[in-house]
Amino acid sequence: MANGPAILEAKGLVIKFNLRGRTLTAIRGAGLELYEGETLAIVGESGSGKSVLTKSLIGMLDRNGWVDSGSAMFEGRDLARIKEERDWLGVRGKKISMVFQDPMTALNPLLTIGAQIREVFELHHGLSGKKADHAVVEMLERVGIDNPEERRRQYPHEFSGGMRQRVVIAIAVACKPRILICDEPTTALDVTIQAQILGLIKALQRDLAFTTVYITHDLGVVANVADRVAVMYAGRIVETGLAEEVFYDSRHPYTWALLSSLPQLGVKGRPLYSISGTPPNLFNEVRGDAFAPRNPKALKVDFVAEPPEFEVSPTHRASTWLLDPRAPRIEPPPAILAMRAKLGGAKLGGAKLGAVGGAL
Amino acid sequence: MSGERETVLELRDLEVSFRLKGGGVFKAVKGVSFSIYKGETFGLVGESGSGKTSIGRAIVRINDASSGSILYKGREISGRIPKELDREVVRKIQMIFQDPMASLNERAKVDYIVSEGLYNIGVKRSEGERRAMVAKALLEVGLLPEFASRFPHEFSGGQRQRIGIARALIMEPELVVADEPISALDVSIRAQVLNLLSAIQKAKGLTYLFIAHDLSVVRFITDRIAVINKGEIVELAETEELFRNPLHPYTRALISAIPQPDPLVERKKVVMVYDPKCHDCSTDKPAWTDVGGGHFVLANEKEADAYRARIASGP
Repeated sequence: MANGPAILEAKGLVIKFNLRGRTLTAIRGAGLELYEGETLAIVGESGSGKSVLTKSLIGMLDRNGWVDSGSAMFEGRDLARIKEERDWLGVRGKKISMVFQDPMTALNPLLTIGAQIREVFELHHGLSGKKADHAVVEMLERVGIDNPEERRRQYPHEFSGGMRQRVVIAIAVACKPRILICDEPTTALDVTIQAQILGLIKALQRDLAFTTVYITHDLGVVANVADRVAVMYAGRIVETGLAEEVFYDSRHPYTWALLSSLPQLGVKGRPLYSISGTPPNLFNEVRGDAFAPRNPKALKVDFVAEPPEFEVSPTHRASTWLLDPRAPRIEPPPAILAMRAKLGGAKLGGAKLGAVGGAL
Repeated sequence: MSGERETVLELRDLEVSFRLKGGGVFKAVKGVSFSIYKGETFGLVGESGSGKTSIGRAIVRINDASSGSILYKGREISGRIPKELDREVVRKIQMIFQDPMASLNERAKVDYIVSEGLYNIGVKRSEGERRAMVAKALLEVGLLPEFASRFPHEFSGGQRQRIGIARALIMEPELVVADEPISALDVSIRAQVLNLLSAIQKAKGLTYLFIAHDLSVVRFITDRIAVINKGEIVELAETEELFRNPLHPYTRALISAIPQPDPLVERKKVVMVYDPKCHDCSTDKPAWTDVGGGHFVLANEKEADAYRARIASGP
């Protein structure tokens, strides 16, 4: 999947917010590429900056926030430099659109869902009258809503959570965007509905050929949808690679901790691996590896110097001193070793499992 | 094995109904029966709207049972009950809520939040004793006693959930109803709170009713699971048995939908869809049937025979 040129390339993004007179650095130099047709999942806990990062790509940062430095190239434009709302209108909703977490609040309760989908066709396609109505009905059919002719006249409260999320998706893809960002699209839904919605997004992606970015904290969802995974912690992307590389051959201690703390990988009757402490306060400057204070096996250097990005394979990178050739060999937690064993010695993206790749 | 164990809580044909605007009645819980044994963690799993929370709320008597009964150690606790019993039950059955952002009084200090239950049951205690109890409860959940003088907004989600747990523990409960206690928490915090709940259970011999929608968490923490769909329990078994031999099509659909953190498994996954029409109930009505070894399922005779055959032939 990671072939061909990137359609979106963000480099060294720094995003800051002014809060009660103090400055918070939410994104501390994050880079990201997105390849045509792939599905990238950005994983991280709340406050890691995953939503802020993607919101900056569609000009939806809150008023007190700004891109301080860095670039985000998309179709020859630097999205990080767009200031005017007018300029965003050609990108947001048209080229890059977004599905929000909570379908209960993403829709306007006072308008019929037909009117809300129709708006997209009117604004971006210049359709009106019968033609717009027809497009709305077709779109509703496409996202799996029965009786679209009647349903389009109904209001959001007449729909269930899953159905509302289908409507939100219909609005997002109505413009045939190149990139669809899904911010926790199934967190508010039941598992059986979640499976349906993930399936729907996949099917739409196949038909309409867009590129998808998922933002989620649910590693089960990531495993289901992602071609590539980016793990975020405290405003940086600490590890990125093909889904197989990140799940079966993860290198960053934070990725290890995140995977090990999942109940699915736990052994019943024994305590789960748990990450102690809380993420750093981003009002303060973070020294060294931001995860070090919560990492019981952190190296001394982790507290002093920020680790650079090491290449594990051409598709797999991680920012941890453990990948430095001078670093001592540290065994990952048992759950991670078990995940590695699942693949045996299989080759992954050019890097042999078990071997310390990259920096050598 | 269940025969000799002490039953802490028993539900018999419990029904919970809500009056609808315009006169109708909505039955959220339809004739649910099960027993919870001392020291176990009993999982109640279902999707939103299945009635699982209504059952939990009926047990702590926030909702009234419209029919059927709830027995705590053999004594009826639903409806009108003697004052003595009421006082005992208020203490002995405690609840932990889902959203720690919404379940703590923003205007009260932790000290008051944790000891509010003590004030309410009106046992006379000196101020010093009360403080000592608060300090002990906070320590038990891994917080510092100094936190008692702070307000909830000064804490993170995980810490707030710990305060919620301390508030339950201070009453020295026997049964704790935990309604989705970790679903509002961050992934890295969930493991902390799950470990805490297990450790407290071991130390105090507590019994848990763990209400959740996430089967992967429930599998990790519970001893037995009841699966509830639209107000009816469709299957009940020991946790590992349920995952080894899920019988009811609804359970199978639910299990098949759990996302696994394993791309190779996930990509091949086929999600089953539950179609209630798959039951042929025209002549053969479904009944609560033991298909062997304490594995109960809602099935008619024909289905039950098929289920027994499936268990016999292995998964």
